[in-house]
Amino acid sequence: MSGAVDAGDTAWMLAATALVLMMTPALGLFYAGLVRSKNTLNTYMMSIAAIALALVTWAVVGYSLAFDGHGALLGGLHHAFLHGVGFAPRAGTHIPQLVFFAFQATFCIITVALVSGAVVERMRFGAYLVFAALWSVLVYAVLAHWAFGGGWLQAHGTLDFAGGVPVEMGSGFSALAAALVVGARKDYGRQALLPHNAVYVLLGAGLLWFGWFGFNGGSGFGINREGVLAFSNTLITPACTLVVWFALDLLRERKVTAIGAATAIIVGCVAITPAGGYVSPGWAMALGALAALPSYAIIVWRPRTRVDETLDVLAAHGTAGFFGILFVGVFAQLAWNGAANGIAYGDARQLLWQALAALAGPAYAFTATFALLKLIGAAVPLRAAELEEAVGMDVTQHGEEAYASGEGAILVTTEAGVDGPRAVAQPEPA
Amino acid sequence: MKLVIGIVRPEKANDVLEALYRAEVRGVSMSRVQGHGGELDRVETYRGTTVKMGLSEKVRFEIAVSDDFVETTIAALCDGARTGEVGDGKIFVVPLERAVRIRTGETDHGAVTPVTK
Repeated sequence: MSGAVDAGDTAWMLAATALVLMMTPALGLFYAGLVRSKNTLNTYMMSIAAIALALVTWAVVGYSLAFDGHGALLGGLHHAFLHGVGFAPRAGTHIPQLVFFAFQATFCIITVALVSGAVVERMRFGAYLVFAALWSVLVYAVLAHWAFGGGWLQAHGTLDFAGGVPVEMGSGFSALAAALVVGARKDYGRQALLPHNAVYVLLGAGLLWFGWFGFNGGSGFGINREGVLAFSNTLITPACTLVVWFALDLLRERKVTAIGAATAIIVGCVAITPAGGYVSPGWAMALGALAALPSYAIIVWRPRTRVDETLDVLAAHGTAGFFGILFVGVFAQLAWNGAANGIAYGDARQLLWQALAALAGPAYAFTATFALLKLIGAAVPLRAAELEEAVGMDVTQHGEEAYASGEGAILVTTEAGVDGPRAVAQPEPA
Repeated sequence: MKLVIGIVRPEKANDVLEALYRAEVRGVSMSRVQGHGGELDRVETYRGTTVKMGLSEKVRFEIAVSDDFVETTIAALCDGARTGEVGDGKIFVVPLERAVRIRTGETDHGAVTPVTK
């Protein structure tokens, strides 16, 4: 325990934590707009479920595994069930460990929600709940320990400001594995499967950007130079990504698209996530512009493959996170961050450690997620039946509709003695 | 001339269009309708309110064809829309008194025959 709790730092971190929590419902809205109307609620609920499950697993064991001690691969269990997590400052910060825990919890939550984008419109909700709970510990907490909690990457000097490894590459490459194990939607590649509400997508992206000021701006853990730099870079970078995305859209289709713009906001925010507190505002602008290129290319190419990584988590998060992590290795600047120089400012080793993180993070995320889903799949079916998928996940998984009209709805009261819920469109027994 | 009306599951609408196209039946209208055809009601719950949804979303195809094409059209509708579960829909064939193609003023058989050039 070093120093004392600082009121200013703590005030900002409380606000930042709330901002990051808001990103998960915002992501739910963003994802819900991108799917067909019959799957709106199920898609949104995958994000809400991430709040429920990842918070519990984080409090029980995830936080401890990520942030207790300096083991190379994994933390300890001293903080399990929040043991010893109280008002004393977290080492290396001037905020109570309880606030530090809460801030990090919101990161775990949104990362779990991000992965759901790969499996929407066909994964059984029950199987998803099991997956979300286990993934938050087995994949997220491990990667968070490597990058933030004193694990081998951080110990060797990998710079990852707000989660290029655990959050962005962790979700992106897990999403790829999840899409491969769960398999494509039954109509994928046969029918046009279009977003049903572009306004949700834009509003969700806008709210995500707003929340990202807490995500990146809070990752300095207080009012300090890194935090301020990351905050302003979070404004600068996505704007530059938007400009380049507009240009790419114009070149390709001669029209600037709204869903493209929403995607560009996410890509820009992701790219600056690992780099936020480490690169100058000028380089942050360059990062935003350049990061658009690989993500755009993958978003155009991926739907031509047989991989139904439905909402392009790999392109938006995995790819831009990968790019951002490497960018730090080149353009990190001691004069701005007080931590390290990249290769452009004379330290080649920094790029080496960034490159190692950019290989190890995705490799672990992909392999662990692939194995985890195979295991869950051996115990319970991962996918809804074809008929359920056709009718829509809202009705079949939740018994609700996003846009219920009420026409033809007959009120059921228990006094009237009406039968309990029955499956959809099952024939009467003969 | 006959008017073939096919009421099918919305999730099979694309398959029906595909089957009609393959059967070289051109000239189709479709609309979203709500209907009830004997399938079980689904139960939905919103807070304390539980309801039985008596009407299901369906898609209604209307296809005006010459007599020679009636069987082909029916076959294509069945082919595209059938799942084997209750709720696959119905086909109604009704006689058609007149048809006019507005652009050319062609009537009846000429009006329901696809433009070839």
